[in-house]
Amino acid sequence: MNASVRLRAVGMALLAPFIAIVVAVLATTIIIAAAGSSPGDFWTAMFSNPLPRIRVNIVNQAAMIYIAAVSAAIGFRMGLFNIGVEGQYTIASFAAASFAGAAYLGGFLNVLAALVVGIVVGAAWAGIAGILKTTRGVSEVISTIMLNAIAVTLVGYLLNRYGVHEGNTVRTTKIPDSSRLEGFAPYEPRDGQVWALVILAALLGVGFWVLLTKTRFGFDLRASGQSETAAVASGIDPKRMIVVAMLLSGGVAGLIWMPALFGGASSYGTSFQVGLGFTGLGVALLGRNQPLGMLFGAVLFAFLTAQSNTLTFSTDISPSIVQITQGVAVLAVVVAYEVVRRWRSRLEQRVVARELEPAGAAA
Amino acid sequence: MATDAPAVELIGIGKRFPGVVANHDVDVTIRPGTVHALVGENGAGKSTLMKILYGVQRPDEGTIRIGGTEVSPKSPTDAIEQGVGMVFQHFMLADNLTVLENLILGAESLHGIGDDARAELGRISERFGFGLEPDVLVEKLGVAARQRLEIAKVLYRGARIIILDEPTAVLVPQEVDALFDNLRELKDAGNSVLFISHKLDEVLAIADDITVMRRGTTVGTADPATATKRQLAEMMVGAELPSPETGESTVTDDVQLQLDGVTLVDEFGRHLLSDISLTIRRGEVLGIAGVEGNGQTEIVETIMGMRIPTSGMVRLGDRDVTRWHTRKLRESGIGYIPEDRQRHGLLLDSPLWENRVLGHQTRPPSAKGPWINRSGARKDTQRIIEEYDVRTPGIDVPARTLSGGNQQKFIVGREMSGDPVLLVASHPTRGVDVGAQAAIWEHIKRARRAGLAVLLISADLDELIGLSDTIEVILRGRMVGTFDPAAVTPQDLGTAMTGGEAA
Repeated sequence: MNASVRLRAVGMALLAPFIAIVVAVLATTIIIAAAGSSPGDFWTAMFSNPLPRIRVNIVNQAAMIYIAAVSAAIGFRMGLFNIGVEGQYTIASFAAASFAGAAYLGGFLNVLAALVVGIVVGAAWAGIAGILKTTRGVSEVISTIMLNAIAVTLVGYLLNRYGVHEGNTVRTTKIPDSSRLEGFAPYEPRDGQVWALVILAALLGVGFWVLLTKTRFGFDLRASGQSETAAVASGIDPKRMIVVAMLLSGGVAGLIWMPALFGGASSYGTSFQVGLGFTGLGVALLGRNQPLGMLFGAVLFAFLTAQSNTLTFSTDISPSIVQITQGVAVLAVVVAYEVVRRWRSRLEQRVVARELEPAGAAA
Repeated sequence: MATDAPAVELIGIGKRFPGVVANHDVDVTIRPGTVHALVGENGAGKSTLMKILYGVQRPDEGTIRIGGTEVSPKSPTDAIEQGVGMVFQHFMLADNLTVLENLILGAESLHGIGDDARAELGRISERFGFGLEPDVLVEKLGVAARQRLEIAKVLYRGARIIILDEPTAVLVPQEVDALFDNLRELKDAGNSVLFISHKLDEVLAIADDITVMRRGTTVGTADPATATKRQLAEMMVGAELPSPETGESTVTDDVQLQLDGVTLVDEFGRHLLSDISLTIRRGEVLGIAGVEGNGQTEIVETIMGMRIPTSGMVRLGDRDVTRWHTRKLRESGIGYIPEDRQRHGLLLDSPLWENRVLGHQTRPPSAKGPWINRSGARKDTQRIIEEYDVRTPGIDVPARTLSGGNQQKFIVGREMSGDPVLLVASHPTRGVDVGAQAAIWEHIKRARRAGLAVLLISADLDELIGLSDTIEVILRGRMVGTFDPAAVTPQDLGTAMTGGEAA
C-alpha cells in the first residue's frame, strides 16, 4: 500500500476511539451541568497536572487494568465472553497470597511460586466455565458470572475461617519481608513506588501480541473467533480451543493483583482492590482487543480514576462521575467503531468502482 | 387484456459493490405474457439485477418501469405491491408447517386464513397444474413440489411478473419438463416470467425472448426460434464453452480411499448414511450424483473427520483413519474444496495470505514449528495467485473483496498445494464463472494425470459425467447405483437420483 493509503488507514483506525472520547466528554459535561455543578471546574481539576503521588498511582493502576484487559481480550478474540475475570483474579489472589504468606519457599522463589499458584488457580477457575461450555453447552457468560459470585463467597468464607483476625479486619498471613519486592520510586519516597511487578503488564502485552499474530495457536484462536465453521473445516478442534482459551484467559487474570500484593499490600484482606476485572473488560472493549489500544485505554481509565480523587478537594462534584465518563466511552467506542466501519466500506466501494470503471469489468 | 406497454423495462441500470461493478448499462425489456430468459455465466450480474428489480438492492443508476409506470422499489414489499414476485434458488419454506400455512404466512390479510385462502390455493393449483395439497407438511414435499409451492406463493400475493432464479439447478431432467409445462400455463394466463439461467438447452426450449448478459452488462438479445446454442454461448463468453471431458483413463490399481460399510446415525436415531462402501484409486475421479440433502454432505464430513462414523471403516491409503479428526486427515494429504466456500473455506475478513494458512497451519510453508511463517505464507500466496490466475489487487486484501470465481480458484490453488493424495471437491464450480470453471477443471484433470484421487460431488450432471471415471448415485443415505460416464445420460442419472419417481 502506498503512503497516502496507509495514512488513511491509520486515521480510520483512530477515528472510532476519538469519536468515543468526544462523546464521553460531551456526556459527562452535560450530566455535570444538569446536576447543577460546573463542568469547567470538573475539567480543570481533571486536566490539572497530576501530583507525583498520583502519577505513581496511575502507572500502578494502569498496569493492573491492562493485565485484566489482556485476560478479557484473549477470550473476546475467540468469541468467548469471559465475564469471570473478576472472580478468577479474586480467588487467584487469595490463593497466591495465602501461599506466599505460608512461606514454604524463601525470597524470590516464593514470589515466583506464588505467581504460578495465581496463574494455576485463575486458569482452573476459568476452566470450569470452559468445560461446562464444551460438555454441556452452558453459555460462558452465565457460568462465569455465577462463578464470580461463588469465588467471592468462597474466598470470604475461607478468609474468615483461616485468616488472621486483627480487630475488625481479617487477612491472610503477611508475606515475609524477603518476599517483598522493591519497587521504583521516581519521586520522593513519600510519593510512593511504582511496583516491581508492573513489568508483568509489559510482558503480558508483548506475549499477547506475539501469541496472536505469530503463533499457530494464535492463528487458530483468531480463526475460531472469526468463523467457527471455517475453523472446523481447517482442522481446528473447537472444543479444545474453547477450553484452552478459557484457561489462558483465567491464567492471565490470576496475575492481575500480583503487582499490588508484592508491591505493598503484602496480604489479601481489606487491602484487596475489587472491580479490576470489570474495568479490564471495559478497557478491552475500548481498546478493541488490540495490545496498543488496550494500553491506551488502561492508562486513560487509570488517569480518570486517579484524578477523580482530587475532585473532592477543589469541587463539589462526586468522584464517581468519572465512572459515567468511562462507561459512556466504552459504549460509544463500540457504536463509533461500527459507524466508521460502514462509512469506510462505502468510501472504499466508491474508490474501487472508480478504479475499475475504465476496464468496465464485473466480478 | 392486451396492453402495449412492456411488462418490465430496465433501463440503464448500474450497481457497484466494494471491489466490483456488478451491473452497468443494463437494458432489459420484457413483453407481457412471455417467458423471457436472462442468460449469462455465473458472475455476469444476473442475480444482482434481479435483486434490484425485486427491491432487495437499490440501483446506483437507471430506471425501472413496470407496465409503463416508473417505480423504485425500496424493499421486496414494494416490489410485491407492484406485482413482482421472485422465487429464489434457496427456498424459504417452513418444513414443520403445511403447504397452506406456508402459503399464507405473512399474507394473512389477502385472503384470510380459512376457507378463502384454501379456495385461492385450490384455484392457483388447478389453473396451473401444480397439484398442491393444502394440508401436507412441507417436509414431506420433494424439491420440485417445493418449487411449485414457492411459485404459488408469489401468485397468491398477486404477482403478475414472476422471476425465477436458476430454477432448474435443483431439478432432474424430468422435473424440468414438468416445470416448463407450468410456465407455459402461467404465460397463457397473461403472466410474464423472467427466467434466469445459464443452461442454454433449457432456455432455447422454453423462452420467447432471450437477453444475454456478460460482465455486468447486457450484450444483446436473441430470438430462440432462430438462435443456436453456439451463438448464445459466444455472446455469453466470447469464446467456445469449455468441456470437462477427460482424455484416456489414468486410473491405477492403488486404492487411495476406501469406505467400507460406513453408517452414520445422528443423535435422534436418524440414519444419515447407511452402509456406504466406495473405493477411489490413485488417478481416479469418483463422482457422486444425488439430489441435495441425500447424504453427500455427510459423506464429505465423514471423510474429512468432522463426523465419526457410527460403524464401518474408512481407509486412507493403507491406514485406518475411521476415528481420525480433521487436522490429522488434512496433514495426511487430503485437500478439501468445501461446498460453501464462504462459510467453510475462507476467513472473509482476513487478508488473502492468512487465508493461505487456513487449513494448512501446521505445515510448511505456512508454519515453522509452533510459529506462523509469515514470509513463507506470503510468498506461496503470490505463487498461487499467479499459477491459478486469481484476479486480486494484492495478497493483503480481505478475502471478501474477491469475486466468487476468484475465491474458488484461490481455494483450489491452496488445496492442491502440498501435493495432496486425495482431493475432496464438493461442488467445486458452483457459483463460478465459465472461465474459472474451465481453469478448475483443467487443474483437476492435470492432478488426476499425476495420480491424485478425487472425490467429486456435484449437482452439475455435465460436470460429473465429463470429469468422472466412475459415477455413484446416492439416495437417502445409500448408494443406489454405479454408472459408467461413457454410457450414462443425464436422464438415467436423474431417474436414479430420484429413485425412479418424479418428485
